[in-house]
This record gives sequence, C-alpha cells and structure tokens, in this order.
Amino acid sequence: MSQARGLYTLWLREVKRFLRDRTRVISSFVQPILWLVIFGAGFGMHFSIPGINYQQYLFPGIIGQTLLFTSMFMGISVIWDREFGFMKEIMVAPISRFSLFLGKMLGDSSDALIQGIIVLVIGTVLGISVNPMGFLLILPIMLLITFGLVSIGLIIASFMGSLESFGAIQTFINLPIFFLSGALFPVNGPLAQGVPGWMQTASVFNPLTYGVDALRQALLGGSYVALQPLWVNITVICGFDIAMIAVGTWAFTRMK
Amino acid sequence: MSNIHIIETNKLTCSFNGLKAVDNLDVTVDSGEIFGLLGPNGAGKTTTISMLCTILKPTGGYAKVNGYDIVKEAMQVRRSIGIVFQDPSIDDRLTGRENLYMHANLFGVPSSEQKQRIDSILKLVELEDRADDLMRTYSGGMRRRLELGRGLIHYPKVLFLDEPTVGLDPQTRDHIWKYIKELKNTHDITIVLTTHYMDEAERLCDRIGIMDHGKIIALDTPSKLKETLEGDVITVKAAQIDELTALLAEKLGLMQSVIVDGALEITVRGGRAIMPRIMEVAADNKIFIDSILLREPNLEDVFLHYTGRNIRADNTRELHGFAAIQRRKIR
Ligand SMILES: Nc1ncnc2c1ncn2[C@@H]1O[C@H](COP(=O)(O)OP(=O)(O)O)[C@@H](O)[C@H]1O
Ligand SMILES: [Mg+2]
Repeated sequence: MSQARGLYTLWLREVKRFLRDRTRVISSFVQPILWLVIFGAGFGMHFSIPGINYQQYLFPGIIGQTLLFTSMFMGISVIWDREFGFMKEIMVAPISRFSLFLGKMLGDSSDALIQGIIVLVIGTVLGISVNPMGFLLILPIMLLITFGLVSIGLIIASFMGSLESFGAIQTFINLPIFFLSGALFPVNGPLAQGVPGWMQTASVFNPLTYGVDALRQALLGGSYVALQPLWVNITVICGFDIAMIAVGTWAFTRMK
Repeated sequence: MSNIHIIETNKLTCSFNGLKAVDNLDVTVDSGEIFGLLGPNGAGKTTTISMLCTILKPTGGYAKVNGYDIVKEAMQVRRSIGIVFQDPSIDDRLTGRENLYMHANLFGVPSSEQKQRIDSILKLVELEDRADDLMRTYSGGMRRRLELGRGLIHYPKVLFLDEPTVGLDPQTRDHIWKYIKELKNTHDITIVLTTHYMDEAERLCDRIGIMDHGKIIALDTPSKLKETLEGDVITVKAAQIDELTALLAEKLGLMQSVIVDGALEITVRGGRAIMPRIMEVAADNKIFIDSILLREPNLEDVFLHYTGRNIRADNTRELHGFAAIQRRKIR
C-alpha cells in the first residue's frame, strides 16, 4: 500500500539524518552524565527516598528528561524543511496528512528513543543498579512517551515561522514539564509532603509525570512505591499520544 | 496532438491581502504540448503553478488538472503531476540516489520498478557518478538536474517546471533545454514551464501565454505571436534620440516606437525600404546616427508591444534570483 510506503520512507529519512549527525549523537552523552554524577551526588546528600538511594531514584527521571528534551527539539526538523524547501516536495506528494505526520513523528520518536537508550546504557555503565527485568519493559515505555512529546514539538513547529520563536516557546514548555514531572524530586504522592498544592495539581495534568512513574516502575521494580499502577500510567500515556497525534494531523493539514 | 485539455482554468484567482497575484485566469493546456508562461518577475507565474499543483488554495475560480479539480480532488491531482519548484527542494543531507528513492516511495512507484527507473533517470541527467554523494556537495546545476530527474520518476502526466534554468551557466541551460525537448519526444507528457527568459520560451514552447500582473495578455505559438507585430524592428542609436523620435513620427508617420536603453525601437512593415528614409530625415536635421539595425521581431518585442515595458526592466528582481542561487550553493 502506497500510504504505508510513504510513511516508511519519511521514517527512514528522519533516522538516517539523525544517525549521520555525529555531533548530535555524541553530545547526547554529556548532559545525562553531568546530571547523574554531579547533581545526583549533590542533591542526594540532602534528600532521601525510603528503600532506594537518590541516584537510583534520579536515573529514570533523567531518562525521562532526555526523552522530553530530544523529543520536543525534533520539531525543529519541520522548520528546517520549510526553510530549505524540502517541505514542498513532501506536500505535493500523494500522501495523506495523517501519514505525513505519522511518518515524521515515528522517525523522530525513533531518534529520541536512541538517545534514551544511550542514557540507559550510560547509567548502567556508571553502576546504577537497576531491575534486570526492567530492560524488557522500559523500551516500549520510552517509545510511548516519545510519541506524544514529539507530537507536541511538531505541532508547535508547524505554527512557528522561525527558529528563534521555536526556541523561546521550548524554554517555556520544556522546563515546567521537566520540573513538575517528578524527575528530580517527588511532586506528588506520599513522598511529596510540603510541596505546594498548585504544583501537585499541575503534576497531575503533566503527561511526563506518568511517564517518569512508569520508567521508575520498570527500572526499580518492587522497591519503588509508585504513584499509579503501571496499567494506569500506560493508559494515560497512550491516551495522550492518541490525542496529540490527532491534533498533529490537524496541524499538518492547515500547514502551508 | 490531441485536443484534450489536460489543464483547464476558469477565472482562477489568488489574492494576497487584496493584491491579485493571479487575476481571473482562463487558460487551457493541450495534452502533449509544452506550454510556457512567460512574464517578468512578480507576474504571478509561480502563484499559478502553486495553485495547479495543490499547495496553494485559490481565492476564486477553479481549475482542473488531468480532469481533476485542484481543490476537491487534490490527491488525484497530485498523483497526476510532477513539479520542479523555482526554489531548491531537495534534502541535502541525503545522497542524490536517496532523494530519488524517497520520491519514488512517496509517489507510490512499485518497489520492483524503482531501481531500474532511478538508474535510468540518473543516466539521463548524467549524475551516475555522483549519485551516492551527499547532495550538499553538489553544484547548483547538478542539484537542478537531479530535481528535474526527480520530477519524472513517477511518470507524471503533467510536469510543471518553474523557472527551470534561472541562475545556471549557459552550458547547463543548454543541457537542460535539450533534456526537456527529449522528454517531450520520448514520454507521453505535457509540460508547463514558466520563465522570464525569451530565448527559453521561444526555443522550448509550443504555445506561450504572456503573463503580466496576474493576467494572460497574449497567448499563441511563438511564431504567431511575433506575426501579430506585423513587420520588422528597426533599432536606431543616436545622440538626440527624443528629437529624432518626434521627427520620424512627424515626417514618416512612424508611431510604433519605444525607447529602450537609450535606443529607439521602431516596429514597421517593410523595414528595408524605410531604413534609408530614416537616415535621410536624420541627415536633413543634422542628427548623427550612431547605428541602425534591422531585425525580425522577437518575443521581447511582443511583450513590449502589449505592455509598453521591457520584460527585464526590473533589474533588482533579477539580482534576487541570483542571490537565491548563491544561497543554494552555500547550502
Ligand atoms: N505568499 C505570498 N504572500 C504575499 N504575496 C505574495 C506571496 N507569493 C507571491 N506574492 C506576490 O504575488 C505576486 C506574484 O508572485 P509570483 O507568483 O511569485 O510571481 P512570478 O513567479 O511570476 O515571479 C508578486 O507580487 C508577489 O510579491
Ligand atoms: Mg516565480
């Protein structure tokens, strides 16, 4: 079927471009190491979670952060494509806007997933102990998290005229989502005593809250007291993904 | 040539904030012809093409391409067409071959035929030896050739070429012209090309629509268009050009004249007989003629005739096109 082939070729393009961009792959090593080693050690001195050490607690959070930042950043490819004229080539192709969006989204998600796996490997090499069964579970969870986040990035980019405005919007969205996701410290649940009520409420509406919680469940196993059962987390993430894909398809339909 | 209209527009209009870039366009293109839209920069050629290839919605009127409505049946239109955009539209982080494969997949070319078609296209545009290099290492002309080839992989019924040779060196232009002619002879294809180069329109097109301010002001075969001028063009260069113009109008009744780049251009029947009389009038009035030239009218004269302007009067725009190529090279 031609829609599927069109979708596949768009996916392949994103992945090829990403893998050829060595600097992007290599630079993705540095940030998580700094977070895990320096921030993890410093913050861990003043902060304790029953049953696990802080670095273990932080590790899934940093994976979530990597997925968030790289996924949102992927939207930039839409702006590049428009700038360099390649978008026109895609827009005149006999392929539905849904396939177009999905192809690009899946490609970008694959790229973000690769970044996530790199962080996963780094953490393991640094000696952060994880639940061995978690590795099987964490890949699909990471992928599901990226779908919705990449979609947000693509949607924003499809409305943005320039790289500058894209960067500004990112700052306003990325950091709040990151800080309010529970990646660094509990914002919600039994451990979040003393956290202001508005932050707790905001975290309920933050899709990454459920993502980070699911990542912790996968990597830390039974020693982690989760906010929600795993199936609830997965359901919320999937619902978010579907909604964002729908909005994304609409956004691409009205894009010039 | 069959007389089926493969493209048909009816009062096709596109306005940008009140400015009618394309103004009630009624035009038909026959199946199998090379149809040219000739006009200065800003005439509305690209806007017309953008609407016909469904990436821009008309604000008025309608058009059909290969029998399909460009708005309601956009998907079928896209399946029927190939387009080479005025501005670059390749992914320069991929190789030439990868760009072609991607296009073949996007346009639903069966996998079993892709390799053979792409190999033959690469041969046609003479890029076989560079096919596996990243396109950012290509020259402007090579990129253009790849884009031309790419437009053909899916065997479109109609191929749109928007200013196919802007900013290319003469050798590459010649190469591309030959290639376009060859295409028409070997494929069952209709080509619509836009250009602001007279020589390009004249050499390639079966019929030409001269476009200005969003309207087609004359439409015919190149030779018929030139015949409408009925006569020869005499170009006279002299110091007192205004005085001479007035004198010639008064004494010889030569009214059809325009001053272009300081030279007087007179369109007249039987130019050979008139030339000595022009010299006579000049001599009688002590006007020294630097040069006088007789030639057949060209499309430039046709444009001048209909608009009272020279097609390339606007030099800054020309530079714009060149700057665009520079950008293309930097990328
Ligand atoms: N996206 C746009 N927004 C506003 N004006 C436009 C846009 N595209 C084209 N125009 C205007 O429409 C007119 C026709 O442009 P165009 O179709 O590109 O001409 P051509 O291709 O013949 O050089 C010009 O005056 C141009 O400035
Ligand atoms: Mg143009």
